[in-house]
Amino acid sequence: MQQISKEKFQIVGVKASDAEKISKPSLSFWKDVFIRFRKNKLAMFGIVLLIILVFMAIFGPYMTKFDYASNDLMNTNKPPSSTHWFGTDDLGRDMFARTWQGARISLFIGIMAALIDFFIGVAWGGIAGYKGGRVDEIMMRIADILYGVPYLLLVILLMVVLGANLTTMIIAMTITGWINMARIVRGEVLSLKNQEYVLAARTLGASVSRIMGRHLIPNAMGSILVTMTLTIPSAIFTESFLSFLGLGLTPPLASWGTMANDGLASIQYYPWRLFFPAVLIALTIFAFNVIGDGLRDALDPRLRNKE
Amino acid sequence: MVKYISKRLLYMIVSLLIIITATFFLMRIAPGNPFTSEKKLPPEIEANLNEHYGLDKPWYVQYGDYLVRIVQWDFGPSFKYESRTVNDLINDGFPVSLTLGLEAILFAVAVGIVLGVIAALRHNKWQDYTAMIIAVFGISVPSFIMATFLQYIFAIKLGLFPVARWETFSHTVLPALALGATPMAFIARLTRSSMLEVLSNDYIKTAKAKGLSRGAMIMKHTIRNALLPVVSYMGPLAAGIITGSFVIEKIFGIPGLGSHFVLSISNRDYTVIMGVTVFYSILLLVSILLVDIAYGLIDPRIKLAGGKKGE
Amino acid sequence: MDKILEVKDLKVSFQVYGGEVQAVRGVSFDLFKGETLAVVGESGSGKSVLNQTVMKLIPMPPGKITGGQILFHGEDIVKKTDKEMEKIRGKEISMIFQDPMTSLNPTMKVGHQITEVLLKHQNMSSHQAKERAVELLRLVGIPMPEKRINQYPHEFSGGMRQRAMIAIALAANPSLLIADEPTTALDVTIQAQILELMKDLQKKMDTSIIFITHDLGVVANVADRVAVMYAGQIVEIGTVDEIFYDPRHPYTWGLLASMPSLDSSHEEELTAIPGTPPDLTHPPKGDAFAARNKYALAIDFEEEPPLFQVSETHFAKTWLLHPDAPKVEPPEAVKRRMRKLSSTFEKPILVKEGN
Repeated sequence: MQQISKEKFQIVGVKASDAEKISKPSLSFWKDVFIRFRKNKLAMFGIVLLIILVFMAIFGPYMTKFDYASNDLMNTNKPPSSTHWFGTDDLGRDMFARTWQGARISLFIGIMAALIDFFIGVAWGGIAGYKGGRVDEIMMRIADILYGVPYLLLVILLMVVLGANLTTMIIAMTITGWINMARIVRGEVLSLKNQEYVLAARTLGASVSRIMGRHLIPNAMGSILVTMTLTIPSAIFTESFLSFLGLGLTPPLASWGTMANDGLASIQYYPWRLFFPAVLIALTIFAFNVIGDGLRDALDPRLRNKE
Repeated sequence: MVKYISKRLLYMIVSLLIIITATFFLMRIAPGNPFTSEKKLPPEIEANLNEHYGLDKPWYVQYGDYLVRIVQWDFGPSFKYESRTVNDLINDGFPVSLTLGLEAILFAVAVGIVLGVIAALRHNKWQDYTAMIIAVFGISVPSFIMATFLQYIFAIKLGLFPVARWETFSHTVLPALALGATPMAFIARLTRSSMLEVLSNDYIKTAKAKGLSRGAMIMKHTIRNALLPVVSYMGPLAAGIITGSFVIEKIFGIPGLGSHFVLSISNRDYTVIMGVTVFYSILLLVSILLVDIAYGLIDPRIKLAGGKKGE
Repeated sequence: MDKILEVKDLKVSFQVYGGEVQAVRGVSFDLFKGETLAVVGESGSGKSVLNQTVMKLIPMPPGKITGGQILFHGEDIVKKTDKEMEKIRGKEISMIFQDPMTSLNPTMKVGHQITEVLLKHQNMSSHQAKERAVELLRLVGIPMPEKRINQYPHEFSGGMRQRAMIAIALAANPSLLIADEPTTALDVTIQAQILELMKDLQKKMDTSIIFITHDLGVVANVADRVAVMYAGQIVEIGTVDEIFYDPRHPYTWGLLASMPSLDSSHEEELTAIPGTPPDLTHPPKGDAFAARNKYALAIDFEEEPPLFQVSETHFAKTWLLHPDAPKVEPPEAVKRRMRKLSSTFEKPILVKEGN
């Protein structure tokens, strides 16, 4: 046996600092989510893509000297060139300017739809989940029955009747669109409201709005955020789909959907007229989808433990 | 079981009633609709409409008659074409749409499940990434864009398939692919995540601890359970296929109900829009109900009592 | 007695984000035929990983056996391929898991889940297998087994599911049964029944059992020998009497002192072990328990303790057994129970230096 000096055998006992020391740095929930999200290459790619798209939507129309709405009947259906970067359409309008003008409209529709869904859905689902009992029963029955109404058919019907413009389009999309959000919020609130810390807040006399605002909604924020991120591409899709059916915005306004619909007729001869709006629709939906997925994966604690 | 189905049936009827009522009243407030008084219609059409809706009667009588006729499976006349009824359009176009839809569903389910299973079994390997890139692609590219690109590349440029129309099987290939691509992608992702979820369960460990081979474990314990959520996706799938068919049929010039519907929209043929919408809604709600019942029969944990997974 | 399992210096780690978790750090023990060895320790001590490694059930990757041997009937399991393991799992070694709610396939009839093992390992016709399944269910005390085999797990209560799990595990007459906290998820009354059942079946079938638990009450009830695990190592191992009446490791003291017992007087307080187990991505230098040990010596923070032998069957890994170490008094709750065991050596013998 090796020799060990006597004083090594002194009892030193628990070093309080050591016992309670946590060797791994502890991370706040959102910081942890952020780190996980950043590791997701596809989601980060989506973020970069989205930043570029938003940048171009803001500044794109000013980058070219052409206006998105002015006709030039001498230069119709020109392929992409150094003057008209994305070519021109059948009225000689510059496709580059129109494309980024369209980006504004498509993104605006997506974001508005998500925001409106958010407000109605959080209020409806939050109240139903928090009140519980009869109130919940009635509110969710209404939601269930409305949910049974086929979404796109209703939207088509509304657009036929109300006529196509930005406002009616957003109304049509959100008239039953909020139900999904309401269901998710209700589910979260229902499972959160009986957790000890909420009960504790209640016994301490916190008001309903405080409990909702401070405890329930922030903790449900993860799922809400994911749902919102995934609402935007679906609204952009719906917009282009409606435009394809001839229920889109009317000229000179241009959305990607109306541009793609215009381009479709002449795909044999002027494919670029379809190409640019179509690719941008797909890229935007792609970007939001991968960001939404990345967020969901980053938020899901089960996945966090698995890897 | 009976209780569950009758409850669901009741919901379905309420949803349907909402749709029918909504279409009826929305059509009455639409500009230039057949119910307004200052209309200049050809006399034959006016006669048709009058016979069907009784335009001179008060609105509640019209509404009641309308409901009765739908129960009798009569969706009314066209507002634009004298000799046509919505039932004609359905009889004429729906078989075509159904063929296209079933082909697309078959493609979506078969390819989606295979991709999803492979991705889950090769989790975090290149097969997984490839399958998921295909899936993200399928979800991000709307069907009408997919359709036009497929048409442009494989029909116009390469000449491998007919550009349009509906005659032989090869006419159906591109439309079915375009229509099935997005649901295929959804099914692939759903299958993958549900496979991964099942694979992380304790009973998979039990199966392994029994000495089952990997193949037996996957076939008997994993895939069956993992496909349950896919079954419940069949309802939304039907909705996606129906709405998708509007644009796909338009692009490929297919004489299905979808094309008729789109045409009626651009013609503002209100009574046809109304009738076809109601028909589609019935179709959808019934198929969703059937899917739910099927799900309850497949999954032994659900006794179809309250529709919840119960202990 | 025949040695059926011999684990030698086993090391298992997991590759995770942020490094390598050394879940099992050099564990050695033997298991004899017909014997029950209890493995106790806090969650995260590596006891489940250790035992799943014996069946090679840990996911590889990220798991990896980085060293050592597992000799089962003299053959090294570490070297076996997956195909070879299929012949051992379920047939030679089987396992019962903690939560009977999740360890049975919810969409498969219970009978089928039993016959699956029989068909795989016993060369039975499906008819014979079905009869045997009924017999097994009766053996584990499930009434009306003919009816029960056609039911799904959700139609069984928790205790019955665990009985069904035991039937599955014992279907092919394995020589080793690993029970991973089989009673933790059950009600106390059901716990006792399941323990009785396991003891009873063990007697009938002469199976060896490794019983993983954190409940010392259960240990006293079922085990012949006890291994105490901390931070991926066995810190003390001995017969039940030795562990309960003559524990030597301060961690074992801590466990015993924190165990409530009916006969303890009111004034006696339960003592908790302070702190939390160490992060095994970076195992601490010296004795892993030192930071939570109120008897920690200066050397505990510098060098890993060697293994001392206290009796023929009793080993402990602590510097306190070193001849130069000061005499310390175990906590009151432990001391009260202490008694002189005849088999104890005069003096602890050093058997293995710390690494």
